[in-house]
Amino acid sequence: MKYTKEHEWLRVEGDLVVVGITEHAATQLGDVVFVELPEPETQVAEGDEVCVIESVKAASDILAPVDGEIVAVNQKLVDNPGLVNEDPTGAAWFFKMRVDDLSVLDQFMDEDEYQDLIG
Amino acid sequence: MADLEEQELLHLGLEALHEELGGKMVPFAGYRMPVQYPEGVLKEHLHTRAAAGLFDVSHMGQVILRPKGTIDELKLAFEALMPVDVLGLAEGRQRYGLFTNHAGGILDDLMFTNRGDHLYVVVNAACKAADIAHMTAMMPGVAVEPVTDRALLALQGPGAEAALEALVPGVAAMRFMDHRVIGEIWVSRSGYTGEDGFEVSVPEAQAEAFARRLLAQSGVAPIGLGARDSLRLEAGLCLYGHDIDTATSPVEANLTWAIQKSRRAGGAREGGFPGAQRILRELAEGPARLRVGLRPEGRAPMREGVELFAPDGTPVGKVTSGGFGPSVNAPIAMGYVARAHASIGTELMGEVRGKRLPVTVTEMPFQPTTYKL
Repeated sequence: MKYTKEHEWLRVEGDLVVVGITEHAATQLGDVVFVELPEPETQVAEGDEVCVIESVKAASDILAPVDGEIVAVNQKLVDNPGLVNEDPTGAAWFFKMRVDDLSVLDQFMDEDEYQDLIG
Repeated sequence: MADLEEQELLHLGLEALHEELGGKMVPFAGYRMPVQYPEGVLKEHLHTRAAAGLFDVSHMGQVILRPKGTIDELKLAFEALMPVDVLGLAEGRQRYGLFTNHAGGILDDLMFTNRGDHLYVVVNAACKAADIAHMTAMMPGVAVEPVTDRALLALQGPGAEAALEALVPGVAAMRFMDHRVIGEIWVSRSGYTGEDGFEVSVPEAQAEAFARRLLAQSGVAPIGLGARDSLRLEAGLCLYGHDIDTATSPVEANLTWAIQKSRRAGGAREGGFPGAQRILRELAEGPARLRVGLRPEGRAPMREGVELFAPDGTPVGKVTSGGFGPSVNAPIAMGYVARAHASIGTELMGEVRGKRLPVTVTEMPFQPTTYKL
């Protein structure tokens, strides 16, 4: 698992990158009440706002961590936004991306580095 | 407010208890206050509606007004600050009031109580210094005494009566907006959640022990300011500085129920409050805009600042409070719209992240109130 400074986790699944938010991020956001997902088969560039998360406190975005194509989104989050708080690193993945080269993930933090960031 | 340095924040008596309970402390109106506990805003909100929530609202301003002359002179002097009937309020009863300015805007909203030979007033934390200065300047015949040695706790929800009765026998007999002095405890049957419940003023030295005894009662949980906000929004209650301020009149704010007949045109003590000209005119002719309830279609909350449009694209107003209503289980909001678009059922559009989404003007409260009338 890799981590971004924006508190997203990135997991490689076959040739795809699965993206979600960390437990730390979910805790900071508070109870999530609304999730807006991108359309599958959308080309995105690093830094694009691709998802919206609304908690009881505020709205925030998930940014595309790298360039690529959104190939799948987790529709369960739309029906049950609270899943983001219940299982942020498991069932509550947001989207899956196809990237040109998986080595693009090397730039991101590993678990220890991320723990240092939030510690 | 978020820029305030930690050391500049004022500290309240129950801070250690909040921290022990896992409260997440944030700056609020200059005080260090718990915004939530480990349960989180959503569960705290639902718990209050299902059982009982204990809120520390000690940051609010408690003030005693004592007459230098007769009590009726005090009541009339206080009436001169508000479009509200003070003289007619019976002893042991509480009432909602609004200080207005000369332009008919709202300086603050408040609760006041007739305690026989004096009045007890509770004002908003962010306004209390200005309110005390205003009352002192405008009522030379009145001693304005800020109460600085008491905590203020709110116990709200269906379990509130039994929990408080166990500690303060007699309160179960009180009705909505009754007030009693029971020993050193001052109890009002009122609150800011739409639920039955109480606000209890306790001497600071006893406050922590009192709060712990309440928390030990079955069903009582500590609730932070986050859930306090979503609870009051569902109840359709205004938050000063957001839904009402110096630019909004009580009539625009849809608070005409707070203006009793005696202060209206043809009443025994018509007018005679700051901004009477505008407020009486708006009562007669209707205001240009009105505070309304709003139900966004779909699940996306419309928060404070969201611009509202008629279906033809004409701008008609703005959201002043909005979010997710945990008990309603849907996004809810309130805001001001031009009067032509303010009737219940009117369909408008609210702009969220560049997209215009449908929203309907709705009756408030969003959640039925359970006051013990």
